[in-house]
Amino acid sequence: MEKEVFIKLENISKTFGPVKANRNINLELRKGEIHALLGENGSGKSTLMNILSGIYSPDGGSIMLDGKQVAFDSPKEAIEAGIGMVHQHFKLVDVLSAQENIIAGQCKGVFINKAKMTESILTICKKYGLTVNPNKKIYNMSVSEKQTVEIIKVLYRGAKVLILDEPTAVLTPQETRVLFEIMRNMKREGCAVVIITHKMNEVMEISDRVTVLRKGESIATIDTSSATPEQLTELMVGKAIDLDLERVQVDPALVKEVLKVENLTVLNGERREAVSNVSFTLSGGEILGVAGIADSGQKELCEAITGMMKIKSGKVVFKGENIVGLSPRDIIKRGVSLSFVPEDRLGMGLVAGMNIIDNVLLKSYQNMPGLFVDRKEGRKKAEEIVQRFDISTPGTNQIVKRLSGGNIQKVLLGREIDLEPELLITAYPVRGLDIGASYNIYDVLNQQKQKGVAVLFIGEDLDVLLGLCDRLMVMHNGKIMDIVDPKKITKDEVGMLMVGRRPEGGELYYD
Amino acid sequence: MIKVVKKNEASALQANLLRIGSCLAALLAAAMLMSLLGYNPLVVYSEIFKGATGTLYRFQETVNKAIPLVILSLGISVSERMKFSNIGAEGQFYVGALAATFLAFNLPENIPAVVMLPLMMTAAVVAGGLWCLFPAMLKVRFGTSETLVTLMMNYIAIKWVSYLQYGPWKDPKAYGFPKMPKFTENEIIPKVLGIHAGWIIALVLVVLVYLLISKSKLGYEISVLGENEQTAKYVGMNTTKILLIAVLISGGLCGAAGMIQSSAIEKSLTDSMSGGLGFTAIITAWLARLSAPAILVVSFLFAMLLQGSSYLQTALQIPAAAAELLQGIILFFVLASEFFTQYKFVVKKSSKGKGAAV
Repeated sequence: MEKEVFIKLENISKTFGPVKANRNINLELRKGEIHALLGENGSGKSTLMNILSGIYSPDGGSIMLDGKQVAFDSPKEAIEAGIGMVHQHFKLVDVLSAQENIIAGQCKGVFINKAKMTESILTICKKYGLTVNPNKKIYNMSVSEKQTVEIIKVLYRGAKVLILDEPTAVLTPQETRVLFEIMRNMKREGCAVVIITHKMNEVMEISDRVTVLRKGESIATIDTSSATPEQLTELMVGKAIDLDLERVQVDPALVKEVLKVENLTVLNGERREAVSNVSFTLSGGEILGVAGIADSGQKELCEAITGMMKIKSGKVVFKGENIVGLSPRDIIKRGVSLSFVPEDRLGMGLVAGMNIIDNVLLKSYQNMPGLFVDRKEGRKKAEEIVQRFDISTPGTNQIVKRLSGGNIQKVLLGREIDLEPELLITAYPVRGLDIGASYNIYDVLNQQKQKGVAVLFIGEDLDVLLGLCDRLMVMHNGKIMDIVDPKKITKDEVGMLMVGRRPEGGELYYD
Repeated sequence: MIKVVKKNEASALQANLLRIGSCLAALLAAAMLMSLLGYNPLVVYSEIFKGATGTLYRFQETVNKAIPLVILSLGISVSERMKFSNIGAEGQFYVGALAATFLAFNLPENIPAVVMLPLMMTAAVVAGGLWCLFPAMLKVRFGTSETLVTLMMNYIAIKWVSYLQYGPWKDPKAYGFPKMPKFTENEIIPKVLGIHAGWIIALVLVVLVYLLISKSKLGYEISVLGENEQTAKYVGMNTTKILLIAVLISGGLCGAAGMIQSSAIEKSLTDSMSGGLGFTAIITAWLARLSAPAILVVSFLFAMLLQGSSYLQTALQIPAAAAELLQGIILFFVLASEFFTQYKFVVKKSSKGKGAAV
């Protein structure tokens, strides 16, 4: 039976300066379906959904709701019409409780009838199978709890269409499963659910139909049951792509211990233990992956090894020398390199407002003779890096923040690799990159490994970590849960370790 | 309905055209105001121009006003590059002048000018630098706001000068007037081409600050630190050291401006000799977008406005406040033009008529 059409987007266009984010996109949402919006970064998924939820107004095209044309000037108007969005970055007030966040802006009159509101929140929870403690403060919540609050917030406002922007990016496999169950409940209640994602397996698992976007255009809408991942990838990327990750073999002569971390403990800014009693070793010609939910101590671990953060206790032995207490500059000189891609992509390692030359010089200017910075040499080096890593830019004078995300990351990684480090620490190097660019970066890491570089790879995507790394270290709350063999462990087992639970009978390398 | 929309970032050329356009718009707006007050704006503008450059004397006066403005703006630009907002140029100017005056009053009179003036200059630079170093150290150690501390230290410096002027350093031969003795000949900066040699110092400093910021390693470090402290630490820069050196330079330059003003113009020290230049310089530094060559141009134009307006008072009996109004209008327009380098207005039809066919 064909389900009833709820929302119809016709020929939606939106331009940001020179960028055509959406070009004549068509999309149809039906009542009681889960619709996946699939596309690479920059393909226009988020823009389209921001238009539907009233944040942007389209330059052209029309939105039909139940057959009537509508136009939203603000998210408020969209939610009044029953369209709500859960954003990738949560919009919650940390110091307030779940309930206060949910009802914010929804109270008419002077007084708040708390009991009644709690009741209606709990009714919603029951209806869709959500669990939340209405009185818990947001700052005490885990990421998935916060997401639940966001979802209730939208449902409380009476949404019939729920848009989820990359909801699983921050979840463990187990939490993802719970979320999917909630989505199915909503579908059963007749809601339309849109899930924005670029993960193929999720599309296959959860969605009824999928619309593929590429470079701002809607390429196709298909029933998921009749699609294959290969076909969808091809539609999304525009060409067939090999999704297999290679675990390259290296010359055994290169494999010798480069880094040994012993009982490392690091305090963060709030004097809490961010890294607790961590020990591991890393050899040349090896990629050691680090998995963990966000803020499990990955950043602090990187910063402690590279001398940016004070170490409370423990040893960091690099090629036989304890480098604890050395300045970051001395550690760089010994051949340790860190490329950390933070959430905003530009926070650490690059200077957004400077050009490629000045960014390339950041780590080498100090070794130039005299008082002045030799920008001629810098330009030569920058041109080399641009060529070697195939960075697309009008020139080396280009301000870094005007490059696309992938190219920004290539500047960072290119500079680090150009320094020929013996230990390459790289955190989230493919954050926000499209599939092609990501695989380029994995290739670069494999090349480094083959050259005998020791690679510490902090990642997000478990499939990639399991496919690329020689060993995988799972962190939880600043501690190492286990160091496992990626060839033997399953994704679910890693997920359990990430939330601090140990699978029974699992092989333990640690403790 | 009018909406604000983000547009493509303007290119350097577009942004400059926009700034020039906003200056013209400011002159136009000020002209309307003057017409309302009953003055012919064309006459007023031509009088300002004549007042600033009409005779050799007036031109020299304009240069005299430009010199401290250039040097103060340079000083401010160094710390602002690092996003350390030094609102204390005024105070550093006074302590610089104070240190120079201290030497002038206490060293023997027979020291030749070639020794005396460099000594006074060194004292001024050190004093101004230290006056700026203190808030920086508080910031490093306790995380205090440099904006507030540098601002408050201005008043300490000014009141300190006042105290000396009305108290211990008062000239006993001045018939009870609260003023300090004049400097002797060896303590006064000589004239070159009819204008005191401060203009040579200012030009040299423009070149030096340009080289420092755009070419040197230290300038590179200052710019990186200003843009992104995280990155500066990450590449191994000693951020505290860079901060302290840069504020020493910043404060030192402001102190030098104070020494030049007291030695060449006042030939003494008074508690009113800056006339707020330390604050005006913040404006000129920003209008020049912290670029040393641009500071030279902007400061000169601003000095023309200052000099021309004071001439206006005598020529057309327009009160000084009117000139300040003109400055205010120009500032308002130029600062507002920054908004238009990033945003534009679009007029949009209201879409309240829901369901209507479009």
